[in-house]
Amino acid sequence: MNQFATGGLSDLAIDACGLGKVFGDKVAVRNLTFNVCRGEVFGFLGPNGAGKSTAIKMLLGLVHPSKGQARILGKPIGDVTTRRRIGFLPEHFRFYDWLTPAELLTLHGRLHGMSRAALRQSIPALLDLVGLTPHGEKHLRNFSKGMLQRIGLAQALLNQPELIFLDEPTSGLDPMGRRLVRDIIRAQRDRGATVLVNSHLLGEVEVTCNRVAFIKDGEVVETRALSGGSTAETTVLIRALHLREEIVAGVSRWTAQVRRAEERLILTLPSADVLPDIVRYLADQGADVYEVTPQRFSLEQRFLEIIGSDGGL
Amino acid sequence: MGIWIMAGVTFREAARKKMLWMALAVSGAFIILFGSGLHFQSRDFSARGMNPVLRREISFTMLTMALYAVDLLAVLMTILISADTVSGEIASGTIQAVMTKPVARWQVLLGKWFGFMGMLTAYIALMVGGVNAVARLMTGVTARHLVPGFLLMWMESVVLLSVTFALATYFSTLTSGVLALGLHGLAFLGGWIEQFGAISQTPGAVAVGVISSVLMPSEALWRRAAFEMQSPLANALRISPFSTLSVPSRAMIAYAAFYLLIALAVSIRRFSQRDL
Repeated sequence: MNQFATGGLSDLAIDACGLGKVFGDKVAVRNLTFNVCRGEVFGFLGPNGAGKSTAIKMLLGLVHPSKGQARILGKPIGDVTTRRRIGFLPEHFRFYDWLTPAELLTLHGRLHGMSRAALRQSIPALLDLVGLTPHGEKHLRNFSKGMLQRIGLAQALLNQPELIFLDEPTSGLDPMGRRLVRDIIRAQRDRGATVLVNSHLLGEVEVTCNRVAFIKDGEVVETRALSGGSTAETTVLIRALHLREEIVAGVSRWTAQVRRAEERLILTLPSADVLPDIVRYLADQGADVYEVTPQRFSLEQRFLEIIGSDGGL
Repeated sequence: MGIWIMAGVTFREAARKKMLWMALAVSGAFIILFGSGLHFQSRDFSARGMNPVLRREISFTMLTMALYAVDLLAVLMTILISADTVSGEIASGTIQAVMTKPVARWQVLLGKWFGFMGMLTAYIALMVGGVNAVARLMTGVTARHLVPGFLLMWMESVVLLSVTFALATYFSTLTSGVLALGLHGLAFLGGWIEQFGAISQTPGAVAVGVISSVLMPSEALWRRAAFEMQSPLANALRISPFSTLSVPSRAMIAYAAFYLLIALAVSIRRFSQRDL
């Protein structure tokens, strides 16, 4: 259920056009153009140093763009009042370590303009959500990296934001913590919030994001939908015996992308809908089909194709 | 609203990190030490039946000396506690989670400034008040113009606070601290050059001192404060080592106020424009 009515305003949560940032003689972000629809979970993928964090900081008004412009929830970046509707977990999160978790959340909530009464209600639930209730009395200086990441997440969700930026949200977290982040992202999406996740953990992005942008050298190289359903391009592995050359050649009526390795055929199909026809054809032609496995779109493979083997160095 | 939240955080941080309590403890020790000195001196002066005028002048000099030490401590304290707050939070990234809240950057900077200003005001009031109270109790002497003297010492601290803030929006913590202290050092040396220039009637040396006060008016405020607070006799005879031979003018005080505001404006402007 979407709790954020756009009221006929822009359906874009983020609309970035030609954003660029130069630090001295170093180009951090070259030319970033992309948009994120409201209610979408959008992933930023790219090697270290691709400019992902700088891009997020520009969108949040922490870093001033050298060129280009962007609108966040319909307002130009840097607009102070828009930040009421935004949550942010920084990559290298540091908070005042002399506070307890509840004190930290109270401080950030007060900065959001929330009343003490509202905070008294929401903070225990948030601490519970991120699993920090048993550590409520500790000071943050005694927290592990994973615990700090959890309190950072709680801080990002404090104001029930419409748009949430999570910069490497699973770094420092154990598998349980990573699962928690996934669950939180899903819950936020179900609430109608828009989430931008910056992560180098492809698996995380694959299971949580609707769309991803591959970023290389400060530019969006490709944007790709991850939950396209049966109409999306699909790769299928078929293992069959008695595959004669002419049978294989006949498959070209469905797709030109056919690779053969002995008894295995790897087909890239425009849609999974044609798969039953292909299997029927193979059987009719006398091939013995033992296995038909649709290959999931591999983000990792695509990542390596786009970024290249030197990526991240 | 954001200003007062940040001022409160700055205060609470000092309290939570035990800085406030430690400052209170060493201030107490300072005042007790001063009181003990005065106590023994006053006992011996009574035993010797010293001339009351001379006795009063010596007590006044002791008081000015203690205030001089308080001034030096306030200068160091100002730079030490404030150099890290802006540059340190930028370097560590702490500022990122704060600056993505619906609070303007100038509010955060001004909030921190008010927090430190409040602490320094309390510190200087406690020290100046404590030293004067002890002097009055032991010797019957207090600063000639206590309130103007206190306000001038306070203003010196606030000038340094604003300069340190401005530097910290450009440089790292250590560099900001070193620069702020270095600037005060220039003003300090310039002040003494001005004093000796006045004794030796060397206009060039006096001009060097005035220029150094234009560059950094902190020390000039102390010299005016000393002039306001020490005994009239010492001022008239120019016998005090605490710098009243060439008294900074009211125009210099107005200039220092202007300087303070400019430093604060520079820090707000730079903090608002820089990348975090």
